[in-house]
Amino acid sequence: MQVDQSNAAPAIELIDIRKSFGPVRANRDVSLRVEAGSIHGIVGENGAGKSTLMNILYGHYLADSGEMHVAGQRVSLRSSADAIGLGIGMVHQHFMLVSNMTVLENVMLGSEGGPLLAAGRRDTLATLRRLADDYGMEVDADAVIADLPVGTRQRVEIIKAIKGGARILILDEPTGVLTPGEADQLFEVLKALKRDGVTVLLITHKLDEIMAITDAVSVMRHGEIVGHRRTAETSPAELARLMVGRDVLLSVDRGQAQPSDILLEVSGLACTSSRGRQVLSDISFDVRSGEIFGIAGVSGNGQTELLEVIAGMRSFEAGSVRLLGETITPDAPKTPAQIRDMRIAHIPEDRHQFGLILSFDASGNAILGYHQSDEYGSGYFLDEAAVTTHCNKLMSAHDVRPDNPALLAKKFSGGNQQKLVIARETDTNPKILIVGQPTRGVDVGAIEFIHKQLLALRDAGCAILLVSAELDEIIGLSDRIMVMNDGRQMGILDSADAGRDRLGTMMAGIADTGVAAS
Amino acid sequence: MTPAPPLPRWADVFVLPLINLTVALLVCGLIVLALGENPIVAIQVMIKGAFVYPGSLGYTLYYTTNFIFTGLAVAVAAQAMMFNIGGEGQAYIGGLGAGLVALWLAPMAPVVLVIPLAVLAAALFGAVWGLVPGYLQAYRGSHIVITTIMFNFIASAIMVWLLAGTLMQPGQQSPHTAQFAAAGQMPKLHDMLNALSFNVAASPLNLSFLLALAALFGFWVLIWKTRIGYEIRAVGQNPKAAHYAGINVPMVIVFALAVSGACAGLMATNEILGVQHRVVLNFTSGYGFAGIAIALMGRNHPVGIFFASLLFGALYQGGAELDFEFQSITREIVLLIQGMIVLFSGALAYMFSAPLARLLARLTVRPKPAAGEA
Repeated sequence: MQVDQSNAAPAIELIDIRKSFGPVRANRDVSLRVEAGSIHGIVGENGAGKSTLMNILYGHYLADSGEMHVAGQRVSLRSSADAIGLGIGMVHQHFMLVSNMTVLENVMLGSEGGPLLAAGRRDTLATLRRLADDYGMEVDADAVIADLPVGTRQRVEIIKAIKGGARILILDEPTGVLTPGEADQLFEVLKALKRDGVTVLLITHKLDEIMAITDAVSVMRHGEIVGHRRTAETSPAELARLMVGRDVLLSVDRGQAQPSDILLEVSGLACTSSRGRQVLSDISFDVRSGEIFGIAGVSGNGQTELLEVIAGMRSFEAGSVRLLGETITPDAPKTPAQIRDMRIAHIPEDRHQFGLILSFDASGNAILGYHQSDEYGSGYFLDEAAVTTHCNKLMSAHDVRPDNPALLAKKFSGGNQQKLVIARETDTNPKILIVGQPTRGVDVGAIEFIHKQLLALRDAGCAILLVSAELDEIIGLSDRIMVMNDGRQMGILDSADAGRDRLGTMMAGIADTGVAAS
Repeated sequence: MTPAPPLPRWADVFVLPLINLTVALLVCGLIVLALGENPIVAIQVMIKGAFVYPGSLGYTLYYTTNFIFTGLAVAVAAQAMMFNIGGEGQAYIGGLGAGLVALWLAPMAPVVLVIPLAVLAAALFGAVWGLVPGYLQAYRGSHIVITTIMFNFIASAIMVWLLAGTLMQPGQQSPHTAQFAAAGQMPKLHDMLNALSFNVAASPLNLSFLLALAALFGFWVLIWKTRIGYEIRAVGQNPKAAHYAGINVPMVIVFALAVSGACAGLMATNEILGVQHRVVLNFTSGYGFAGIAIALMGRNHPVGIFFASLLFGALYQGGAELDFEFQSITREIVLLIQGMIVLFSGALAYMFSAPLARLLARLTVRPKPAAGEA
């Protein structure tokens, strides 16, 4: 044993951690050493076991075997309270904030300081002031969470995690919902924390973030750690290879688009949410056969609502949508079934909430939306054999693994779930394809496959409307790009003119002088 | 706390209900012991009373019939993730439908016409009583639990008003209708079997039992073999995805509640057409609520519902025998025992789920060297 480094005991040391869920071995002999005061990245595809490992570190799960040391001491975490007691804080991918409470009330949660709130309130205010001074984490204590932009909400999460003096901060996919500008601010905060001796554990699948901010990185694949690297001594290509186990094409090669007739035309579209908030205002654009029209923007700026309006899932107040020559207005709406019957396919942004019924088997999902078709039954009855045959066909054509139609949708990995949705929606050879976040939570290997499929559809004459929060995806696939901010369009660019910085500025709501705003 | 591994389906469907039943019987055994009786003897009496004595099986299956219908009433709606606790009211109103047809037609039409029409009316009246709360839920957002409870009260009030008023048998003081003519009486199974020269003891068991078995089969076909069944399950499992898929979610909810109500309404065919031969006050006597426990215990599956109904039928019949045989075990104690089984199989149905899942996972996964802090 090397005890000579005792003055530099690692902040966290894991030795041979194992964790199984039934027959699934989520973590296999994971050993990890995180130096105190460093920023340590953990990368891996979805399902590689990153989340399980973090849940073990944060006391949500108990490892089946193995040792865990925090600051040189062997520990056994049985709950997140144990982790907090050891100075470990965590910022979850999905925020754990009470959205109708103020910043102060959220930060105070768990440290109210007795039955009366006055004392806790005072202490929390002092904490907020201290953190603002030390790390530049300014927030308005009285602002209600629901009114805050996503980046600020995340800052509140970080404040919650470190308010009690946490020395180890775990962040799970922190930049998924941030603009490039907000992500940069986050990294500044992390650097400030590091200067103060806080250890940061950053879980992500974005290699450029790893390269930009971490000191060391560990790569996970199939529940195992397949490599530790000093960030300075590695490259994105090497990390990608370690993650996937083979060489990956990080960008797709796409030919020139051959746009022809306008198939989808949106003009003057306006829409309010059920809570009365204006979510879309005066949106106008068109998409031609044989082109990919990308919509860039931070999640939650109206893209979701736009896709839902076009798919017939959401009513709108003003304007019109013209699909294949048929006009839809607020007074003459169409149902999702009618729109699907026009050979307009929709790959929804959130496959768990919309695209799939996770508790159905794959074959049940393979006909979702098409279950009334004559192909899958006659009269009132479904023909199980025909449904299974169809599912098998989709699975083999789109490389869905495992190719078992009887397997429940929730048992597939994210990438294979998405491939199943894409297979179902593209199998009808649609004239218009509406796509939201086609590769969210999908592993690198599957991203490549999905991108190729979208381009093949484009080249076959499909008009594709693509929404994605990944700028690289929008830039890599789209022929024209519209940027949205707060329900408005900030302008439409040719993808040749659209650089990351220019799009990033427009995404932040700053008008671009080079393009007309609408 | 580590989440338990998923429970295999066979264990969820067979092992878990058996464990629940065993625990319930153990607790009941302690109660019987505390009363100074021998639990082993008591359970023997119950089993004999439910299955062995002449005619007892008929009684058990007669109770079973009621439970199948009310269990289905909960299960159909549950497939659409709707909690229908209005089985009681729907059955009650179903009895009104059956009774009206029988009172009106039986004196002038043959049994082959009256009985099918009365059965249809029972289903239709029950369906309407389920459909209205379904509509209020689907289109107006009124919570189904609240409305179905309210509809139980409304049904009860309407029936009291009718049975003590317009429909009360002339010249009578008690609140029930006149007796149906012979054509309005559901044929008894022992009569039919005796006619075929089988020697079967008399019991209230009637043709409704076969109708209940057909309803179980129909439920299976509807939910797992038809397009509308697919839509019901889709709405139940993920209403957002159902909307995305172009399914008319509110309409499917209304439909599911109507079918639920029809199932409950059919209970009246057993009780009113089969046994009472008149509409009487409170003939539903809690079967509608027991349907919740039946559906829960039967995991909303036809086979499960059948066995859960059989168990409850046996408890009803065997319980009566227990009351008869033992001085110290009164009607109330029998109710208590039934309550224990509802408690363990219904309300606490998943209490042993996580421990059982862990145990099975430990047995099925290859044992690993015991290391670490676990």
